[in-house]
Amino acid sequence: MRRLTVTGILVLVFALVAAACGGGGTTTTAAPGTTTPPAEPLKVAMVAPSAVNDLAFSQSMYDALLAVQEEMGGESAMQIAYSDNLFVVDDAAAAIRDYANEGYDLVIAHGSQFGSSLQEIAPDYPDTAFAWGTAGDTFGLSNVFAYEAASEEGGYVEGVMAAALSTSGVLGVIGPIEVGDAARYVNGFVAGATAQNPAIDVKVNYTGSFSDVALAATAANTEIAAGADVLTGTAQMVTGAVGVAKDDNIPWFGTQADQTQLAPSIVVASQVYHWEVVIKQIIDLIDQGTMGGESFVINLANGGEAIAYNPDYSLPDDVKQLAEDTAKGISDGSINPPRPGS
Amino acid sequence: MSEFFSAAALVTTIGAGIRYATSYLYAALGETFGQRSGVLNLGVDGIMLLGAFGAYYVVLETGNLWLALLIAAVVGLVMGLGMAFASVTLQAEQGISGIGFYLFGLGMSDLLFQKLVGTPRPISGFPEIHIPWLSDIPVIGELLFSHSLVVYGAFLLVPIGTYVLNRTAIGLKIRAAGENPAAVDTLGVSVAKVRYGTIMFGSMLAGIGGAALTTELGIFQQNLTAGQGFIAVALVYFGAWRPVGVMYGALLYGLVASIVSQLKTLGIIPRSVSDLASMLPAVITILALVVAVQRERQPAALTKPYQRGG
Repeated sequence: MRRLTVTGILVLVFALVAAACGGGGTTTTAAPGTTTPPAEPLKVAMVAPSAVNDLAFSQSMYDALLAVQEEMGGESAMQIAYSDNLFVVDDAAAAIRDYANEGYDLVIAHGSQFGSSLQEIAPDYPDTAFAWGTAGDTFGLSNVFAYEAASEEGGYVEGVMAAALSTSGVLGVIGPIEVGDAARYVNGFVAGATAQNPAIDVKVNYTGSFSDVALAATAANTEIAAGADVLTGTAQMVTGAVGVAKDDNIPWFGTQADQTQLAPSIVVASQVYHWEVVIKQIIDLIDQGTMGGESFVINLANGGEAIAYNPDYSLPDDVKQLAEDTAKGISDGSINPPRPGS
Repeated sequence: MSEFFSAAALVTTIGAGIRYATSYLYAALGETFGQRSGVLNLGVDGIMLLGAFGAYYVVLETGNLWLALLIAAVVGLVMGLGMAFASVTLQAEQGISGIGFYLFGLGMSDLLFQKLVGTPRPISGFPEIHIPWLSDIPVIGELLFSHSLVVYGAFLLVPIGTYVLNRTAIGLKIRAAGENPAAVDTLGVSVAKVRYGTIMFGSMLAGIGGAALTTELGIFQQNLTAGQGFIAVALVYFGAWRPVGVMYGALLYGLVASIVSQLKTLGIIPRSVSDLASMLPAVITILALVVAVQRERQPAALTKPYQRGG
């Protein structure tokens, strides 16, 4: 009996500590009601699966919110709250519901895994607008927006550059699982590389994990052994592959965020997302009384996607010109990267 | 298929497998000591994570890799002390309290990372050491004698661990505490002390395993180990509680993982079955485990807290 009690207490204590730690940061920039702003500020909350400074998916949205906030005139115009590191969908669902209860005007569920939770929660809060992504489905609900990135476009541009830089004729790609944003990016990259050099050999390795950094490093090693002299990859575990590329001095192309700081010597360019394009449209719609029902895509044409070049990497001028011409071609429709479902 | 059998591809694949196996080996060797003395520590993965973060942070701030290893070892010792207190002194159910320690390590390492570092920043790890003459041997040299110090360290621990367990008085006490703690007690040897010692030593190795992982990869991020500590526990069963067997298990796991990765890269494993193939290292290890466990018997007192006169 004593053992059972002790075990029970231990488990409780650890569960509490772990919940406190693992649940991640919940931050509100300003406590509502403490001051009386001239007009009621717009209250926006974000729920994210990883840290808002992950140099990848979650950070792209958080940076966008900060940019929109600054443009609107700071905290008196727009308040931001976020809960990050909510990789457990149930915890994220609880946070989404909390924000809706607290009267936030817009609640962003930043992760395609949060969709079914949102589908359940949104109908209970008709006065709250919700947004989620990356996805294209609003579930037919009038208070749900959806947003996604045409990541194949930046992938295509980077594929063109990679093929132009390669001397071995072999490129390496490290992906997580062949779904969603990652698959779109990889397919775009392969198409761009093949368009630039039809004889190019693009070796794609989906490791099967979004989080196994060591496996991503192993995949990068095998690709280099197979002759790849330019690498790229997508999802948060690619940091392991970037490390291998850095050690072997292999050029790297990033996506989802500017990855230059991970390896300033070898990162050529990164596709970056500017979700502010979407957020601003959503806020305008909310102002006009539309709470959802529309879906958005960021791409090169609308400025939601851009190629961030590493200023410290000496990219040949003709390759950069090639990249810019390709981006222009995608924007004006003369070049068509592979679209999902096509 | 011919591409796979090219010397360069084979050497890289096997070399990558050996490196991949290193952190598993540290953790599994440490766990072997704990289990031989009768304590199952399921908190290994959390201890690895905390050790990894400690080492990463030290390298980030000071650039001193040796200090990083030391800190990871100390973090492991402290976590081991906690685990030993729970499982030996409080006699808590070992599986459950181990999972508690795992969750603590997972959450705490991420919390510290978020508060102290935030955005992932790269670090430089131990350089590869090319052992003179030996590393010049074709193929074998590059395979076995061109790794970093932490890799050699792990494999060096195998004969040392074997010797300590089988040929020393301490080893005898450890094995006896795991087989028949009452007999150890009647000889005037404290079962609690032995078990505190093995758990803390094992946790120290888990911490160093985490340090090996973070320095080899040059990065830390949330849940860096991605469950390596749990695989390490399985490898102890696989290796039949013997350091050499544990090493074979770690190598098997690491090599299968890197071979699968190489076959994917070369397109020999088609992308349509890519995710299924990712499970192969675990599946093969489990199958081998089932076979291994058939012939071997686990320490008789494993997971059983020892109560005097009880």
